Amino acid sequence: MRPDLAAIVHWVPRGARVLDLGCGDGSLLRSLWQAREAPGYGVEIDDDSVLACVANDVNVLQVDLESGLSLFADGSFDCVILSETLQTIHRTEFLMREMLRVGREGIVSFPNFGHWSARLQVVLGRMPVSRTLPYEWYETPNVHHCTITDFEDLCRRLGFRIRERLVLHEGKPVTLLPNLLGSIAVYRCTGE
Amino acid sequence: MNAPHDPSSVGAVEAQNAHFDAPLRLRSGDELASYDIAYETYGKLNAQRSNAVLVCHALNASHHVAGYYEKDPGNIGWWDNLVGPGKPLDVRRFFVVGTNYLGSCFGSTGPASPNPATGKPWGADFPVVTVEDWVAAQARLAERLGIERFAAVIGGSLGAMQALQWSLSFPERIRHAVVIAAAPRLTPQNIAFNEVARQAIMTDPDFHGGHYYDKGVVPTRGLRLARMIGHITYLSGEAMAEKFGRLLRRGAPGFDFDVDFEIESYLRYQGDKFSTYFDANTYLRITKALDYFDPAAEYGNDLSQALARARAAFLVVSFNSDWRFPPAGSREIVRALLDNRRIVSYLEIDAPGGHDAFLLEDPRYHGALRAYFDNIEL
Repeated sequence: MRPDLAAIVHWVPRGARVLDLGCGDGSLLRSLWQAREAPGYGVEIDDDSVLACVANDVNVLQVDLESGLSLFADGSFDCVILSETLQTIHRTEFLMREMLRVGREGIVSFPNFGHWSARLQVVLGRMPVSRTLPYEWYETPNVHHCTITDFEDLCRRLGFRIRERLVLHEGKPVTLLPNLLGSIAVYRCTGE
Repeated sequence: MNAPHDPSSVGAVEAQNAHFDAPLRLRSGDELASYDIAYETYGKLNAQRSNAVLVCHALNASHHVAGYYEKDPGNIGWWDNLVGPGKPLDVRRFFVVGTNYLGSCFGSTGPASPNPATGKPWGADFPVVTVEDWVAAQARLAERLGIERFAAVIGGSLGAMQALQWSLSFPERIRHAVVIAAAPRLTPQNIAFNEVARQAIMTDPDFHGGHYYDKGVVPTRGLRLARMIGHITYLSGEAMAEKFGRLLRRGAPGFDFDVDFEIESYLRYQGDKFSTYFDANTYLRITKALDYFDPAAEYGNDLSQALARARAAFLVVSFNSDWRFPPAGSREIVRALLDNRRIVSYLEIDAPGGHDAFLLEDPRYHGALRAYFDNIEL
């Protein structure tokens, strides 16, 4: 399992109602169900992923996140997850607000653009390509990269409170200089 | 066309008939003292009776869902691409039941059947039946067949309304509802199309107020127009352009009112064909059944409240080129199910086929149905 997903599974309370935005093939929802008895729904736009979700027997809703979460009532979830999805979204602020409209708390993970290898590649005149940023610039689904500092700025601006943060590199927690040495960041946040 | 030896076909099938003498109280307040329901079955009911799937049909189809008739091998069931050995709804695993709704002209009791009170065809006197009535009659058929609980009820369009209604009328007797190209109610625009179709039929001089059977005539002109209007709305503009373009039948404009464009020829052909086999009184009634379907109406138009009774797990599928029953209606159903914390998956398929896409074999669509049915525990 992807290390950020392991952290997410750990953070979701037993039996919580979960909404996974950009749920891929539904494997996080499946393991949440098995590990935490957390009943959930996934939102996914990609046809193949949606089909994989149906085959995985998880609830999947094929709607475009860019158009918001109008299917979901206010406060209808305990936990809304954006695992490595936020960087692929055009309407970042809008979706962040939607996340905490429908959920009591949000869990967000993203590849940290501030990691030293990304910085080095930019300094050397190249767009970064790494294990956590595996795409060439011309084929990447990512549209909005950010660093750990950037993300925390946005949370502050939106009035979100960061409850927990886990920064990882190669699956291990990073505590020293996280914005330089961490390649993935995972946050748990709530409204004020 | 499936050859008779096609291993993925259910093969030769026979239509059956179930007669019911217990009166059926209708939503209109009328009562049918006795009636017949035509049906077909494919596959075998297992010992636990847990593998039955009911297929509900839409406007002009019938209980002939799959396979062909020995005496009429060209007459292949309307959803044969879905139902068969190894097909998404696999008859090696499921016992599939196709039924024909009340008021039809294909076997179940309808306006052309004899009215027991007079011995003559019912004609205009046949009651206006609704989706709720159909589902009530199907439930009696299920009892007759020894099915206490369906593994799934599936339908597209008007058939999807029946699948949804099943989850409301008999929440404990259906485990899964597969609701395709559906709407929780018709829009005024949709009702408008239906009204034009009805007016075409009722203003046909051969309609005789619905009592045309003993006059030896059929309101073919009206039926033909009704079908032409219907066909325009079942196809997307894109599919129509793709299929017919602006192709001229005679190579050049005729400067007359004969068929110029390919689409005119198609509509005339479809209209002509339909008017030879479909009954006008049935057409009037099914369009009314569509218009009247609105489970939210008795809950102050709150669909979430209306669906609170449902216990089934749902698969809802819509097609984004379907402008007759657009995805917004399906999303409304999904939203109401989510409000009630029901198990639901929703697919919005980017297919060009319009409303009729639910009858076509799109790999994403059929792949999802296959995966969904495979996961249904027996």
